[in-house]
Amino acid sequence: MKNAIPLIWRRIPERYALMGTVCENCKTEYFPKRMFCAKCRRKGRVVEKQMPDEGKIFSFSEVHVAPTGHESEAPYFLAIIELKNGVRLMSQIVDSEKEKIKFGSPVKMMFRKITEDDHDGTIAYGYKFKVV
Amino acid sequence: MRKVAIVGAGLSKFGERWDASFRDLIFEASSMALEDAKMEGSDLQAIYGGTMAPGRLIGQEHVGALIADQLGLTPIASTRVEAACASGSVALRNAYFAIASGMYDIVAVGGVEKMTEVSTEEVSFALGGAGDQEWELFLGATFPAIYALMAKRHMLDFGTTEEQMASVSVKNHKNASKNKFAQYQNEITIQDVMDSSPVASPLKLLDCSPITDGAAAVILCSEERARKFTDTPVQIIGSGQASDALALANRKSMTEIAATKEAARQALHQAKLTIKDVQVAEVHDCFSIAEILAIEDLGICKKGEGGKFTEDGHTALNSKISVNTSGGLKGCGHPVGATGVKQAVEIYWQLQGRANGRQVKGAEIGLTQNVGGSGATAVVNVYKRMD
Ligand SMILES: [Zn+2]
Repeated sequence: MKNAIPLIWRRIPERYALMGTVCENCKTEYFPKRMFCAKCRRKGRVVEKQMPDEGKIFSFSEVHVAPTGHESEAPYFLAIIELKNGVRLMSQIVDSEKEKIKFGSPVKMMFRKITEDDHDGTIAYGYKFKVV
Repeated sequence: MRKVAIVGAGLSKFGERWDASFRDLIFEASSMALEDAKMEGSDLQAIYGGTMAPGRLIGQEHVGALIADQLGLTPIASTRVEAACASGSVALRNAYFAIASGMYDIVAVGGVEKMTEVSTEEVSFALGGAGDQEWELFLGATFPAIYALMAKRHMLDFGTTEEQMASVSVKNHKNASKNKFAQYQNEITIQDVMDSSPVASPLKLLDCSPITDGAAAVILCSEERARKFTDTPVQIIGSGQASDALALANRKSMTEIAATKEAARQALHQAKLTIKDVQVAEVHDCFSIAEILAIEDLGICKKGEGGKFTEDGHTALNSKISVNTSGGLKGCGHPVGATGVKQAVEIYWQLQGRANGRQVKGAEIGLTQNVGGSGATAVVNVYKRMD
C-alpha cells in the first residue's frame, strides 16, 4: 500500500526534487505541497516552488527498532531538517559519520532508495540527507 | 447546554489478554459499568465507542453496530469514533454533547483495543497510521522515533535528562502496582529504565507504553436523572478538543503539544477554574517525554521544567498534584482506543474516593488529557464531584 505505483508516481516531484509550494500573497513556503495557503485562504495564490536542498539538523534520533520495510537499515538516523528557507521536513540521515550527526550540523539532500515492497518488488525512491 | 455526569464506570483487566476477544473485553468493561450504576442495559439510549484500528488489528470494521449487538442493545444507535490514541476521549466528548443537547438522557461510552492478535510489526504499522503515512512512516519513522525527536529537542532546549524522563516511568509503575486492573504490577528503578534496550535514542524500552488489550466504559447521564443511579455523580464541567498537523515537521514547535494547550484552555475556561484547582490528573504518557510535555502544556509546571518537576516528586501520589494514579499508559497499559475512557474511569473513582490503595486525599477536581498520534488531536476534560 505504501508503495502503490500511482502514489509513487504522484509524489515524484516532491520526493525526488523537493518540490513544494509558495503563496504569492504572503510568501509562506510549504513542503510537502499544499493546495492552498492556510494563512491567506481564498486571498492566497499558491504556486509550485522548489525547496532548497540544503539545511541543518533541527533534531535527530538513532532508530534501533525499525518498522517493516526498513529492518535492514537499522540502526539508522532519523532527523527533522530545517531547510535554508526555514521549512522543516523529516528525513533519514545517511552516509555520515555518527559523531557529525549533531544539532545544527549542515546537511544536503541525496537521492536514495527509500523502501522496497516485499510483494511485487516495487521500489520507492526519495530524499535522504547527508552531513556536509 | 444541560449538565452531564458520569454515573457508572468499568474496566476490563488490562494486559496481554490471550483469553479474551475484542467482544469479551467490551463485555467485561460495560457490564461492570452498568452494574456500578445499578442500571439495566435497557436504560441506555445510545452508545459511543472509541477504537483506533480494529480493521488492522482484528480485521473488523463496523464495530459500532457490533458493540450494540454483542451487548444485546439493538436497535439503539451505536457510533464508532476514531481519533487515533484519543479515540476514547473523543467518543466521551460526543456522548457528552448528545446528552448536553437534550437529545438523550443516558448514554454509554466505551473504548476498546485488541492489540495482541497480530504481530508486533503489524501493531506498529497500524499505530503508525496515527502519524503521517506519506511523510513520516514512509521514511522509516516509528512512533517512538517521532517522540524521540521531540525528546531530543527538549533535552537541547531545556536540559532535560534521560534520568528525568525515566522518573516518569518509575512513578507510573509505582502507581500501577496499586491498581489491580493495570498491565504491570511491578515497580521499576531509574537504572532499570536506563539499562533497558534502545528503541529510538534517547527513548528506551521502559520509556515506552506497552502493547495492551483492554476496554473501558462509563455511563453518562443528564444531571436531572443522575442521582437515581449514584449518590455522588461526577460532572463533566469542561471539555476541550483541538487539532494540529499530523506530521511533526509541520508543527510550529516540537517541544510542546499545542493542541493540548488549546484543549486545556477551552476546558478550564468552561469550568471557570485554573490548573491550580486540580488535584488529580490522568495524562497521556505514551512515552515518558509525553508526560513531561503534558504537565508543561497543561500549566502544571513551566515549559522546560517538566523533567525536574517529575524527578523532584511533585507529580507523585499525594504530592503537589497526583499525575497518572492509574499507572498511566506506561504502567496501566495502552489499549489505544480504551485509554481516554480509562482516564475518565480513574478520575471517577478518585473523585468518589474509591481508588483503593492509591486514593488522592481531598480530590475534588480531576482532569484528563488524551493525545492522538504525536499531538494532532488532544482532548482535555475537567471533572467535579456533585455533592
Ligand atoms: Zn498566504
